Amino acid sequence: MELEELKELIELLKETDVTELQIEKDGTRVKIKRDKILAHLEMPGHKTPPFQEKITAETEDDTQRLITITSPIVGTFYRSPTPEAQTFVEVGTKVVKGQVLCLVEAMKLMNEIESDSDGIVIKILVENGQPVEYGEPLFLIEPA
Amino acid sequence: MKLFKKVLIANRGEIAVRINRACKELGIKTVAVYSDIDKDSLHIRLADESVCIGPSNVTQSYLNIPALLSAAEITDSDAIHPGYGFLSENHHFAEACTTSGITFIGPTSENIRLGGDKAKARQIMRRKGVPVVSGSDGPVPNEELAMKIAKKIGFPIVLKASAGGGGHGMKVVKEEKYLEQAFYMAQREALTAFGNSEIYIEEYIPEMRHIEVQIMADNKGNTVHLNERDCSIQRRHQKLIEESPSPISSTEKFKKRIGELGVKAARAIKYRNAGTVEFIVDTKGNIYFIEINTRIQVEHPVTEAVTGIDLIKEQIKLAAGFPLEYRQSQIRQTGHAIECRINAEDPERFIPSPGKITFLSLPGGPGVRVDTAIYDGYIIPSHYDSLIAKLIVHGKDRTEAIAKMKRALDEFIIEGVNTTIPFHKRVLNNPDFVSGNFTTLFVEKINSLNYGQ
Repeated sequence: MELEELKELIELLKETDVTELQIEKDGTRVKIKRDKILAHLEMPGHKTPPFQEKITAETEDDTQRLITITSPIVGTFYRSPTPEAQTFVEVGTKVVKGQVLCLVEAMKLMNEIESDSDGIVIKILVENGQPVEYGEPLFLIEPA
Repeated sequence: MKLFKKVLIANRGEIAVRINRACKELGIKTVAVYSDIDKDSLHIRLADESVCIGPSNVTQSYLNIPALLSAAEITDSDAIHPGYGFLSENHHFAEACTTSGITFIGPTSENIRLGGDKAKARQIMRRKGVPVVSGSDGPVPNEELAMKIAKKIGFPIVLKASAGGGGHGMKVVKEEKYLEQAFYMAQREALTAFGNSEIYIEEYIPEMRHIEVQIMADNKGNTVHLNERDCSIQRRHQKLIEESPSPISSTEKFKKRIGELGVKAARAIKYRNAGTVEFIVDTKGNIYFIEINTRIQVEHPVTEAVTGIDLIKEQIKLAAGFPLEYRQSQIRQTGHAIECRINAEDPERFIPSPGKITFLSLPGGPGVRVDTAIYDGYIIPSHYDSLIAKLIVHGKDRTEAIAKMKRALDEFIIEGVNTTIPFHKRVLNNPDFVSGNFTTLFVEKINSLNYGQ
C-alpha cells in the first residue's frame, strides 16, 4: 500500500461519516479508524475474526500472536509419514499440543515434530522434501 | 583421483576461515556450519552455503555428530574438515563420517584412537625405538604397581591420564608419602574429565622445552616431516607463542634427529595425513616422545611460513587420495617464523574478555600474516574459546622475525575488549626470549617478576 494511496484513503474518511475503513490489497490489510491508523501484514488463508475481536486484535501485532514451530534438528522436511500417505496437517487443520505436524529426517532416522500448543495451522513455511536447518521456521500456528 | 566437490567445515572462528580459504583455492565449494549465536560469524559469509546446526551449547552444535552428518547430507558434501579441537580427535566422528560415505579430512579413526590413548602410544613408541621419558609401560592398574614404578624411576614423578593430553589430567607427586592418595584422586578425576580412569606414570621433568615436529603422510605410507616448532612459551599448558625453527636447533644434527624421530613415531602407528609429534627436550638436550596430536594444529602457519607449503591444502589433497608431492630432501626451511596467539583476555590475569570490537586495525607489510575471524563491530561470544587472532611473522632470521613481530604487535589495534597483545610485547622484549634461552617455565617467571612491581 503506497503512501499516496493511504493519504487518499484518509482524505476519503475525513470527507464522509465513515468511522472505519478496511481495505485488503496484495496480502496487505489496512484498517483506518477515525482516531488511528493501523496497518497489518496479513497471511493468506487467515480467517477473518468477527468484528469485535478485530478491534481488539488490531492493537496487537499479528505476527506476535502466532506461534512459530521451528526445526530442532538439521534434516529434510516431510509433510507425510510416507510418500503415499496423507499429509499430517494442512493449512486450517486444528491441532492439539503434542500432535505430530511433520517429520524431519536426519541420517535415515525420522524425527516427529510436534505442535507446542493447541490451535490452527495458519501457514506451512517449507516445502515437502526441503532441507531444513536448526531453528528453521516450519509452521505458523494460531494458538487456541 | 579427483578433489572433493564440496567440503563441510565442522568448526568455527579463525580455523573455519582458514579451511574455507584452502578449499576456495582448490576450487572446492564450502559449507559453513554454525550455532545460532554464531550467526554473524565471518566464516558463514565467506562460505558458499551455511547450515545452522544447533544452539550455542557446544554439545548440541559443534560437537553434535548427527547434526553435522545431517548437514553434510542435506548439502551433498563429500568431505568434512574437522579443524582443531571439537571433534577433530574424536575417532567415533571419523568413523561415522566414513560409514556415511563422507571423507574425514585427517588421519584414520584408528590413528585418532591410538593417539588419544596416551599410555598405549607411549608403549608403542618405546617398543619401536622412539625414546620416551622413563615411566610405566602402558597404564598402571593399581597403587601398588604405581609405587613400584615410582620408586624405580625416582621421585618426583607425574601421574598422567591416558585419555588426557595437552597438559590436562596431570598430577605431580613429589614424595612417596603422597603417592597413594594422589593415585586414587588422579583416577577419579580422569574418570570425571575424560570418561576413562586409566593412569600412566612418567618421571617428572620440571624444566624443558616443548618441541614438536609437523608430519605429513599419504595413503601409501610415504611420510615426511616439515621440521620442528618450539612451543615452550606456554601458560598452564596453553601455548601462547610458537616459532620455527627452534632457537636450540642451531645444529643440523639436532634438527635432523628430531625430524627423523617424528617420522619414526608417525610410521610406528601407520599415521596418515597431517599430524604433530610432541617431544620434550630436557636441559641436557635429550629428546623424549610425549604424545602424538592427530589433527592439524593451531600453530600450523609457522610451518607454512618457513616451508612455503600450504598444510590445509595438503591435507585436502592427501585425503582425496593424492600422493605426497614432496620427498624429504625437497622440503626446505627458509628464515624464521614466530606466531603470537592473540586472545580476548586480560593481558595480566588472562581472564576472558568477550564483548564487542569497537575498533579494529590489522597489521600488515612484508612477512606479516594475520589469521582471524574478527571484524570491526564483531561481538566475541563468551561461549567459546578466547583465541581471536593469530599473528604470524616471517623474517630472514630470528632477529628480523622478532623485530617484525614487535612492529606488527604495535600496529595491531583492537578496541572494545581486552587482549593479550601487551603480554606478547613484554615477552618479545624480554632478554631471555630474545636470546632464545627459555624453557616451559618462562611465562611463570616473567609473570612472577611482574608481581613484585
